Amino acid sequence: MTHGAENGTLSTPNLEFVMKLEINGQVHDVTAEADMPLLWVIRDLVGLTGTKYGCGAALCGACTVHIDGEPTRSCVLPVSAVVGKKITTIEAIGNTALGKKIQDAWVAEDVPQCGYCQSGQIMSAVALLGKQPKPSDTDIETAMSGNICRCGTYSRIRKAITRAAGV
Amino acid sequence: MITATSRREFLKTAGLTAGGLMVGFCLPARTIGASAAITDSTAVNAFIKISSDNDITLIVPKSEMGQGVYTGYAQLLAEELELDWQGIRVEAAPVAPAYNIPGMSMQFTGGSMSIRTGFQAMREAGATARTLLISAAAEKLNVSPNSLHAAHGNVVHGDSGRTLSYGSLAAHAATLTPPSSVTLKEPSQWQLIGKPLHRIDTLAKTNGTAGFGVDTRLPNQHYALVARAPSFGATVKSFDDTAAKAIAGVVVVKQVPSGIAVIATNTWAARKGRDALVVDWAAGPAGHFSSAKLAQDYAEKCLTPGVVAYSAGVISAPKKGQVHLTADYATPYLSHASMEPLNCTVAFSNSGCDVYLGTQMQTMDQLAAADVAGLKPEQVHVHTTFLGGGFGRRGNLGSDVVREAVAVANGFPAPVMTVWTREDDMRGGYYRPQSHSHLTATLDTNGHPAIWTHTQAVQPLLKGGPFSAFTTDPKTGLDKTTHEGASELPYAIKNVRVDVHDDLHPVPVLWWRSVGHSNAGFVVESFIDECAHAAHKDPLAYRLALLADKPKHIAALKLAAEKAGWGTPLPKGRARGIAVHESFSSVVAEVAEVSLENGKPRVHRVVAAMHCGTVINPNLVAQQLESAVTYGLSAALYGRITIADGRVEQSNFDNYEVMRINTMPVVEAHIVPSTEAPTGVGEPGLPPLAAAVANALYALSGVRARQLPLSQTNFSKA
Repeated sequence: MTHGAENGTLSTPNLEFVMKLEINGQVHDVTAEADMPLLWVIRDLVGLTGTKYGCGAALCGACTVHIDGEPTRSCVLPVSAVVGKKITTIEAIGNTALGKKIQDAWVAEDVPQCGYCQSGQIMSAVALLGKQPKPSDTDIETAMSGNICRCGTYSRIRKAITRAAGV
Repeated sequence: MITATSRREFLKTAGLTAGGLMVGFCLPARTIGASAAITDSTAVNAFIKISSDNDITLIVPKSEMGQGVYTGYAQLLAEELELDWQGIRVEAAPVAPAYNIPGMSMQFTGGSMSIRTGFQAMREAGATARTLLISAAAEKLNVSPNSLHAAHGNVVHGDSGRTLSYGSLAAHAATLTPPSSVTLKEPSQWQLIGKPLHRIDTLAKTNGTAGFGVDTRLPNQHYALVARAPSFGATVKSFDDTAAKAIAGVVVVKQVPSGIAVIATNTWAARKGRDALVVDWAAGPAGHFSSAKLAQDYAEKCLTPGVVAYSAGVISAPKKGQVHLTADYATPYLSHASMEPLNCTVAFSNSGCDVYLGTQMQTMDQLAAADVAGLKPEQVHVHTTFLGGGFGRRGNLGSDVVREAVAVANGFPAPVMTVWTREDDMRGGYYRPQSHSHLTATLDTNGHPAIWTHTQAVQPLLKGGPFSAFTTDPKTGLDKTTHEGASELPYAIKNVRVDVHDDLHPVPVLWWRSVGHSNAGFVVESFIDECAHAAHKDPLAYRLALLADKPKHIAALKLAAEKAGWGTPLPKGRARGIAVHESFSSVVAEVAEVSLENGKPRVHRVVAAMHCGTVINPNLVAQQLESAVTYGLSAALYGRITIADGRVEQSNFDNYEVMRINTMPVVEAHIVPSTEAPTGVGEPGLPPLAAAVANALYALSGVRARQLPLSQTNFSKA
């Protein structure tokens, strides 16, 4: 509860907080229970549906967003933990040069099939290249192994990352 | 649960609908492609809308679940309509007879049928529209239609060079009588068909704008989770919702036929409310069901003959000196585990209701929603969103997801999305059936099988239920899915008997990518490999010798073997395996290259070669092969749903493992060149995969894995 002390106030007996969240550079006033995972705040309260629910247990990566640039599974992260931090979702990742480059590579390699996991895949890939502009195969595997795709786009994801990295 | 009576009434409605329910065009909600939806368009026919500004929208009657059908169908329509590929836009079709599968009375996506059934129909739809537009131009210009041709979305008068846009002709064209027949372009004239064009839906799937069922957002929309039976068939005795109602955001708790629903203002509140429910369940018929016990029962049962699905020649006991093989194979229940857990949004209005979901089964979903809501089918509007994976689970003839969601929303004064958690999805039923196979083979002096018997025990998909006619073979009474791929052996074997024990069990089962072939491909292609090794023959040469009159099999095998370097040396600790299987009228051969890492199978490379007739888009075919290999590897290496006391023991991706990028082999997809009619693409890449891997592991270790997943086999023995 200490997270909310500066930026949030207790509003109801059900421990709902009124919070200010910075998502994609825009500040949103959000009223939610402190334990609500960020995923549901983003999807149901703020209305940005590009970030997906896949497992609810940080097992599949579909819900990956950036918190201060770090790839984070939003499905297990209580919203109270991100007050005061910069949250970036798939809807805005293309506004950065690297994000755009990754998205373009995804299009060039025709990565998505059903597409449901791809928001999370792209968020993980952007974070990878942010840290390692020329990743090795092992770097790619380490950074991307938390993102499940059931359609089988893995080999194209690998190609798209390599293409974007220019390696 | 619906009563037997209402189910019969429902089917009556279904039958009547097949006769000719006509639903007017309602504009679908989402447009995929160039830009936003357009409003002033004219429907030239059911598949093509053209605005006065010459914006052209193609209506696709198939669900896009990753297989690329929006792109493939657009290529077929645009080819004959003479459209430029840039700027192509598509929309999902509403439910209407015009969108039924040709020759069938329903609209659905599955069975690797879309291109097979749409190849002719979509080209004809495009050509019909083109002909109408040319006729309209001929009247307008007062010239002969023969002096006109269509190009780049315009009708052109060759002599004068005058050009009229489709948009300026559409309104008039729509009033003309469609021609009774049209001339289709020759393959040599194709500009779009056969090209590896990029997918139409890729951009939307990389920037978060692609709308899946779970992304449906309607004014004042609420969210529901349902506490469902913990064991199959259990019923609610009583429940206490005091704690659930105390959760902030929970609005209503109500009983529905499938359990207790909690409706809340957001998904998280619904989840907390659902988890706070105290429900006392009465165990149903599955209360003591055990998949382990079923495996034992099946093994015993397969020692006695079942209902004969296919027989040829004479089955006699092996003679002295003949090589005789006997083997038992087993496969588990499997969950589809699409990335998007199940969901369905229902909004009631004064005139009916709107249903939003990613579905493979629009017609049945419409009828089901109408049945539950007490509406006429035409009062139910099914809006097909993108599907976050289907694999068969979103194509349930019984529409379990829709029935429940309509029951949840019925009477609630706002739209309600019923959301399934991953655990709900994995435990909520409808699995690929568990199976057991007992096989024998007697080899002749050449080492070829002279006698082949295969007794299988597997739960039929639809037998005994309201939809049994859908899959029942009237001659044998067997559900065809129990033996497909096993009863039509490609190999030249004179004496064959394939029989089936098809007892019913209280576990909901359903088609799962490649259906019966998912079992048969593994079993048949493993056992023929056993025969090859028993005969001391190379597995590829052995197959080729037995497939002399199967040119598609031979072509696929040879292509896969050549690309994989079959027979060339491998690094120490690696081996190859091969398998070939026909399903959905296509033949796929696969070569897997494996090693053992700490005793566990590791697949390094899979080379797949497919014979699927004329290819509309080789890029999409390659994607589907890559996809089938990945999905097949998940099942081959890890996939297993087990049931104890009627309860599914797996729940999420930690105990139902799937392939990840770090376990994924290189996949190489190749297509056998062909000008024959198109055959299935989405599923046929899966059936041979597990056998190719198991055969490679045998070649490497000398251990024959006869049950899936392969993680159950100890390969370090040998």
